[in-house]
Amino acid sequence: MAAISRDEVAHLARLSRLAVTEQELDLFAGQLDVILQAVARVGEVVAEDIPPTSHSVPLVNVLREDEERPCLTREEALAGAPDAFENRFRVPRILEEEV
Amino acid sequence: MINETAASLGAKIASGEVTAVEVARAHLDRIAEVDGKVHAFLHVDAEGALEAAGAIDARVAKGEKLAPLAGVPIAVKDVITTKGIPTTAGSKILQGWRPPYDATLTRRLREAGLVILGKTNMDEFAMGSSTEYSAYGPTYNPWDLSRIPGGSGGGSAAALAAHEAPLSIGTDTGGSIRQPGAVTGTVGAKPTYGGTSRYGLIAFSSSLDTPGPCARTVEDAALLHAVIGGHDPMDSTSIPQPVPDVVAAARLGLSGDLTGVRIGLVREFTGEGAEAGVMTAFRDAVEALTKLGAEIVEVSCPHFQYALPAYYLIAPSECSSNLARFDGVRYGLRVGDDGTRSLEEVMSLTREAGFGPEVKRRIIIGTYALSSGYYDAYYGQAQKVRTLITRDFTTAFEQVDVLVSPTTPFVAFPLGSRTADPYQMYLADLFTIPTNLYGGPAISVPCGLSEGLPVGLQVMAPTMADDRMYRVAGAVESVVGTLTPPSL
Repeated sequence: MAAISRDEVAHLARLSRLAVTEQELDLFAGQLDVILQAVARVGEVVAEDIPPTSHSVPLVNVLREDEERPCLTREEALAGAPDAFENRFRVPRILEEEV
Repeated sequence: MINETAASLGAKIASGEVTAVEVARAHLDRIAEVDGKVHAFLHVDAEGALEAAGAIDARVAKGEKLAPLAGVPIAVKDVITTKGIPTTAGSKILQGWRPPYDATLTRRLREAGLVILGKTNMDEFAMGSSTEYSAYGPTYNPWDLSRIPGGSGGGSAAALAAHEAPLSIGTDTGGSIRQPGAVTGTVGAKPTYGGTSRYGLIAFSSSLDTPGPCARTVEDAALLHAVIGGHDPMDSTSIPQPVPDVVAAARLGLSGDLTGVRIGLVREFTGEGAEAGVMTAFRDAVEALTKLGAEIVEVSCPHFQYALPAYYLIAPSECSSNLARFDGVRYGLRVGDDGTRSLEEVMSLTREAGFGPEVKRRIIIGTYALSSGYYDAYYGQAQKVRTLITRDFTTAFEQVDVLVSPTTPFVAFPLGSRTADPYQMYLADLFTIPTNLYGGPAISVPCGLSEGLPVGLQVMAPTMADDRMYRVAGAVESVVGTLTPPSL
């Protein structure tokens, strides 16, 4: 049985903000099924009582003094932007109607 | 000059025997001569390199005492930010981006007087094992231009093998320093996670990404490791402890002394899974180490067989989150913004156009593994397996000082032979991945040839015992020597 269907891949692509093509969906569905069947092997390990590891360094809550320090200028921060307007990042509309 | 070690070049520059400008020029000339065939570089900064070299020469002329690698040229993997110098991570989505800041690692290179020649090719966002997933075309292995140079840091490794640079920087999330080192006959070290700063490293999988040194000799790798390693307050996962003396350890190993060193052979990695020629070169090198005084002990790490599946859930999960920052708003590409489309539509079109197939596959897998119905079975279970793999390492290190294995199961494979089946590509990382999940250091050092192509031996050490791996790697080099590809 397939681990993942073409429709599921399409749904995940939408969630991931990837406007994938029909051709890519055909290709990815088969490839991702192979990969997911292989990685599902982690399920063979009996690990109910094992704590998860998210990170190998046992550091938590690394804090520093709240002091002023140099940062990027506005020009530097905006220099790589695809579109800037009046010292801000300009983005396409996010609301359906003009407010 | 292009055949010398970094240690030798640094000494000659400091003594005035050669100038840093002459050394930089020789390497820039070599790049101009051979990079059309190798394609190790995405960007060459000749002007910046000559300017930095000139500044070193001025300091030498004034009689200043300089760091050991001052004036030595270096190539930097294109996933590390360099202020004002294009940084793409091998992706179209960052084409033309010039970072407004230096990574901590870049800053340390500059402060130590190293001369940055340019940025090296890589699989897009460091996802791959062959450099074929670069959006700017593959890099070719100097040993055989029809074969892959490994990945993701194929450019950094190929630049060394082609003598375009004596040193380079790589990053290792699942083997991206060590596997290219192995298949190009060069040395590549993944430091302890947290032993080198990630500040300014474009993130792929934050709990695994580790920058490290690449070189043609073990001593050069150790010298570079000493420059880039150590605590960085700008990285909250940076370990607030000094890096052990890796240079002294490398030199001790190079003297051919392994008295009292216990070397573990991982039973699960010495059976099937690797090519016969790779295993022969590996076993011969291990045999040679016993003559230097090492004791060989067989150890079992029963969960290592689950490392590859666990990694290919954890890394894509973290990648799907990290790569959300490429939204076409603050930097990089934006596609489809014609005034009629919504932000979400523009974002989706931008990411579709900007990312290549492997990056898309991993984002989708990660999104799947983190989604509510599947989280426990996939990502959660992979994290538990990560704990068990870590326990395998700590148990093994109660019996031995280091573990060894072949670095990669096969020699450099022909270009195009594994791209159609992504899982076949993943198998290149079979032996390198466990260390990343554990967080300890590991190095690949040449241990011989198979079918005329280089084979790497991997030395894995406990967390923050990076010196141990350099000692054993140095001993391997003292027996095997360095490997030089046929002339290009």
